[in-house]
Amino acid sequence: MVEPVSVREAYGKALLELGMENQDIVALDADLSRSTMTRFFAREFPERFFECGIAEQNMIGIAAGMAAAGKIPFASTFAVFVPGRCFDQVRMSIAQPGLNVKLVTTHGGLSVGEDGTSHQSIEDLSLICSLPGFTVIVPADAIETTEAVKVAAATLGPFYIRLCRPKLPLVYGDDYRFNLGKAVMMKQGGDATIIAIGLMVKSALEAASELEREGIYCRVLNMSTLKPIDKAAIVQAAAETGAIVTAEEHLEHGGLGSLVAQVVAKNRPVPMEFIAIKDSYAKSGKPSELLERYGLTERDIERGVKSAIKRKR
Amino acid sequence: MAKKSLAETGGSKSTSATSAEAEVFSLSASVAEMEAMAKKLRRHIVTMVGKAGSGHPGGSLSAVEIVTALYFKLMRHKPLDPQWPDRDRFILSKGHAAPLLYATLAECGYFPVEELLTLRQMDSRLQGHTDRTITPGVEMSSGSLGQGLSFALGAALAGRIDGQDYHVYVLLGDGECNEGQVWEAAMATAHYNVDNLTAIVDNNGQQIDGWNCDVMSLDPFAGKWQAFGWKVIEVDGHSIPQLIDAFKEAQKVKGQPTVIIAHTVKGKGVSFMENNPDFHGKAPNAIEIELALKELE
Repeated sequence: MVEPVSVREAYGKALLELGMENQDIVALDADLSRSTMTRFFAREFPERFFECGIAEQNMIGIAAGMAAAGKIPFASTFAVFVPGRCFDQVRMSIAQPGLNVKLVTTHGGLSVGEDGTSHQSIEDLSLICSLPGFTVIVPADAIETTEAVKVAAATLGPFYIRLCRPKLPLVYGDDYRFNLGKAVMMKQGGDATIIAIGLMVKSALEAASELEREGIYCRVLNMSTLKPIDKAAIVQAAAETGAIVTAEEHLEHGGLGSLVAQVVAKNRPVPMEFIAIKDSYAKSGKPSELLERYGLTERDIERGVKSAIKRKR
Repeated sequence: MAKKSLAETGGSKSTSATSAEAEVFSLSASVAEMEAMAKKLRRHIVTMVGKAGSGHPGGSLSAVEIVTALYFKLMRHKPLDPQWPDRDRFILSKGHAAPLLYATLAECGYFPVEELLTLRQMDSRLQGHTDRTITPGVEMSSGSLGQGLSFALGAALAGRIDGQDYHVYVLLGDGECNEGQVWEAAMATAHYNVDNLTAIVDNNGQQIDGWNCDVMSLDPFAGKWQAFGWKVIEVDGHSIPQLIDAFKEAQKVKGQPTVIIAHTVKGKGVSFMENNPDFHGKAPNAIEIELALKELE
């Protein structure tokens, strides 16, 4: 098996490359450049890197002002701080005017691990998806991260890209090309569809393989562009497989599950299950322990699939 | 073509024009002309807020001379090309003073003066608080306080990276300085030795719930800015000559940012609005409009 690869390093390297190609790329960080990996860019382009200190609200405002003056700012910190700590700044300084700011956050979800509740970002997708005009991406591995960062730089408008702390096994090869707004069919299947984002994509694929041994054939979609969501792929999955299970490292409310459910309810109601954190905060622990405790494993996905299939008409 | 004078531009229709053909706004106005303009802007503010039936007259009236001096004497700008890359920027952080900014932009020729009467109405380009996406000349969507200095810093740093010589002006309210983000931005502006940005505080002493000293004390106000690494200039915010001198002095300060603390009177120019927090966010009624306009003749 291939070694897991850091999505954060993939971001740092992609940003560095973009910086070489385009003088308008600038980067900002809030005293976490060693963790978000914007330090690669900072080292090479100190005149285009702006350390904002532990002051996320100000960082968002500076990024907005730079975008208004024609720059393409990449602002990074932990997902728990943006948009959470500076929601109104993201709303009024970036989203409302539709400014060309790229928010790339790391340490999203439960998999940040031992740092515990204060650092576990489990509401960020709900918050950011609530803002009109934002494009929201949750890459599934390092290769998709690199691709998504490049597409964000080349596409006008506000972006939010959420990365996690752990290294992730690759689900794509080097030839993968990220297609903004399009779900990726990772596996064909007709009995049910698993729609996943981030590190749950790999788990979804493993769950699908396991279920196959029992004769249950699942389609697996990587919904890496969470917003605008690929409605056509969802409706097609509902029509062709008749059951949908979503899987995300986020609260059950307001994230992938909610967005998919809206599309399903309006267009093609089918039984659904939601693999996500129920209405609670988590605690300290190893990432694998936390994912297990809060119901985000392959086994949970398998159970979800069976439960959804059982309710098919 | 000759540059348009202050008198000629008032009320002119704005049309789209390219950078090359749009003219740089003439800054030849005399102090007397600017004082007359200030009075005119006050009349606009009272009239438009009165017509709208809601809005913020107090904090608009207090900053009239500040904004007049900037648009008519200091800033390099092109009313017919609001996005001109070389323009000096004016960021209205205290977005509730939108009526003042709209009146000024209209008098400079960014859009027709008649449009001022559409303030706060459905489908108007003149929103209750500023919206950079629809109003020509508005640099920032504001109204949620505390965000403008950060935005201005971003614009100033961007200009510095590109070697552009534009200057960024940002107008804050004194009450607005309750917001923590203002001080995050103050710290960062000094940290980056930004000298192509000047902040102005409309220090009218009041906020919605009353006098600043009762709501949330700001003193020592100048000392706070100094402690954050800023050069502080204090002026009578209703004296156009003092303001102009202060802006010119600020331009000469290198290696650190400057804040001009402009001592003003909330509701300035209309006796019953002066120092009256009731008129922070309340429109005058028909009788009050008439009285106010009489005072502003």
